[in-house]
Amino acid sequence: MARMPVQFRLNGSDRAVFVEPAETLLGTIRRGLGDFAPKFGCGQGTCGVCTVLVDGEPRLGCLTLSVTCEGRSIETASGLADGPTLHPLQAAFMEHFAAQCGFCTPGMLMAAKALLDRNPNPTRVEVVEAIAGNVCRCTGYEPIINAILAAAQQRGVRRA
Amino acid sequence: MLEFRKDLFADERDDNLNVIGKGEQRQDMLGHVTGRTRFFDDHGFDGLLHLKVVRSPHHHARIRSIDVTAAERAPGVKRVIRGQDVPLNKNTLLSLIDFGKDDEPTLAVDKVRYKGEPIVAIIADSEAEALAAVKLVRVSYDPLPTVFDVQEALKPGAVVVNETYPGNYFEYHDKYDHQKLRFGDVEAAFRTADHVLEERYQMSPIEHASTETNGTIAAPETNNRYVVHSCAQGLFFSLGTTAKILALESNRLHFIGGTVGGGFGGKVDSLTEPLAVLGAILTGRPVRYVLGREEEMQFASPRGAERHVIKDGVMRDGRIVARQITSYFDAGAYTRLTSYGVVKCVAHMPGPYTIPNVRGDAYCVFTNRVPATAMRGFGVTGVDFSIEVQMDKLAHLVGIDPMEFRILNAYRDGDMKAHRRVAHNTALIECVQVVAEKVNWPLSETARRASSLSGGGGPRAAIPPTVTDESGRIGRPETRQAPPQLTPGAAPLPAHQPRPAVPVYQPPPAHQPAAALPNYPSQPADAAPLPAPAPPVPNAPAPPQHGAARFSSVFTRRR
Repeated sequence: MARMPVQFRLNGSDRAVFVEPAETLLGTIRRGLGDFAPKFGCGQGTCGVCTVLVDGEPRLGCLTLSVTCEGRSIETASGLADGPTLHPLQAAFMEHFAAQCGFCTPGMLMAAKALLDRNPNPTRVEVVEAIAGNVCRCTGYEPIINAILAAAQQRGVRRA
Repeated sequence: MLEFRKDLFADERDDNLNVIGKGEQRQDMLGHVTGRTRFFDDHGFDGLLHLKVVRSPHHHARIRSIDVTAAERAPGVKRVIRGQDVPLNKNTLLSLIDFGKDDEPTLAVDKVRYKGEPIVAIIADSEAEALAAVKLVRVSYDPLPTVFDVQEALKPGAVVVNETYPGNYFEYHDKYDHQKLRFGDVEAAFRTADHVLEERYQMSPIEHASTETNGTIAAPETNNRYVVHSCAQGLFFSLGTTAKILALESNRLHFIGGTVGGGFGGKVDSLTEPLAVLGAILTGRPVRYVLGREEEMQFASPRGAERHVIKDGVMRDGRIVARQITSYFDAGAYTRLTSYGVVKCVAHMPGPYTIPNVRGDAYCVFTNRVPATAMRGFGVTGVDFSIEVQMDKLAHLVGIDPMEFRILNAYRDGDMKAHRRVAHNTALIECVQVVAEKVNWPLSETARRASSLSGGGGPRAAIPPTVTDESGRIGRPETRQAPPQLTPGAAPLPAHQPRPAVPVYQPPPAHQPAAALPNYPSQPADAAPLPAPAPPVPNAPAPPQHGAARFSSVFTRRR
């Protein structure tokens, strides 16, 4: 089948790739562009480890077709840090022991970033809701929720 | 006994041991939060090929024919692998430690024994092409009758699942149909018990469902070796298994791994490594074999189903005087690790309690279900659940508070366990006390003052006269008093040895006086005195033992 050209921004850089019509954004980012931060877990949108941001909105990379991302801005966990400086969410995840095996972490971080970008001061319930689509099988949800709340608080302090 | 030698390399090390109690950053955390941690699938290769597998739609069937001609001609297909292409197409995981017979093919040839069993592997340029070619493989089957229940499978005349073990049970030491535990005389104890309670417990298989599925990427290296990015929890175990199945020198395999996206026991089976490496050998290119989520559920092993039938004899005062357990472990169609889980179960049968008479029988049974494997305490978790529910029922039966009931029956330091190891570092009593305190559960003064450190040992360290079975097996007389010898549980008695007489049941000694629970009646005055306890074993350091020797009932083959 004929391949199709697609251009988008990935973590701030312009990228152009040829994709299969049915290729998923997750496949394009990982095997096409070599950014292995988003993971494959279920391929059916139930586990959230493939979560990336498309124009700031959390999207499941395994259910998003690459051809629909023409001209969009894509963010993954690889682009969270500003050079050597960690994003507050990353620092909070480290501080609060919010990862065990680490496989769900890139998706969790992106779901959390989408939340904090649109709601800088979320309640605990809103945090739980925001990561409700992200499965952690090491069952470390409490430290993850605490880390996200701490990051929000820290960003609030910095803004004040 | 573990000895901590601080004099060795003292100048190269900080011996203050000041880490416990403080937060310490994990060395892998930075990689996790930056997305830079590399799991097995996070490696790019030029010319990467993808491997997908044709799986059995039947639980049990004879394979009449396999036709791969259409698949071989399909677009993008580079290679089709069948059973005869696998150098050693029969393996069992624990053969690396000489335990069990090879019973599982990498690719089924003449028969499939569970739904999802792999038959043919297709290697193609893309996953989509490999999946399309999988659909073109024509396998014709003669479906066979199936057996899914462990006790059905053990009945005479049951369908034979796995011809390596025609009785549908794993053969321990090549001749025993199950693992046996005998300690004292449960029958006599049941006769004198105030209550006898028999209950049946069972649990379904449990899927680990780690977020990362099983998988492997294997690629030729320049030095005639193969690099293998593996999800294995036991990396070197997987290396040895792969080398064996592929008849390769193990130094031609360069395994990289240890970073596992959730394992919980579900990544010890080397399910993907051998085929991925074989694919790399046959194509000369990097080959990626990753299970989809449905395959992970269908083919990758779960924790197996278990059934435990527990019969306990208990006195009115709360002392458990006899416990009999019959356990059935559903191994599924192949052994994988269930045989080992059963050994652990047998050692755990009395639970953390000192019970003077214990009889256990545990079977590792083959059925037409997905083969089972390790998962978090497997072999112990299921029997523990059963025992603890049973403990609640027993406490209710004799009208004693369940917490007090556990403290009353808890093992203490120095007690002999039914599998003939002396209990050390016991802490059940203290655990119950802490739990009771945390949840404001009222305990009697006696229970609060009880301690694992006192009241154990002495007569409780003795191995009671143990009834032998019809063939004179179980227990060696010379080990009867002595704790930590490695006793081959099923060694036959010497021919001239008189069989020990069936003993008259004797109630166990009351718990140590100082800590005794005064509300319970003391043991009958006319009880026959127990044999004098063995003189204390001097605390001489035991000769160093290799780990394999410590677990010799598993790791050595006896005939």
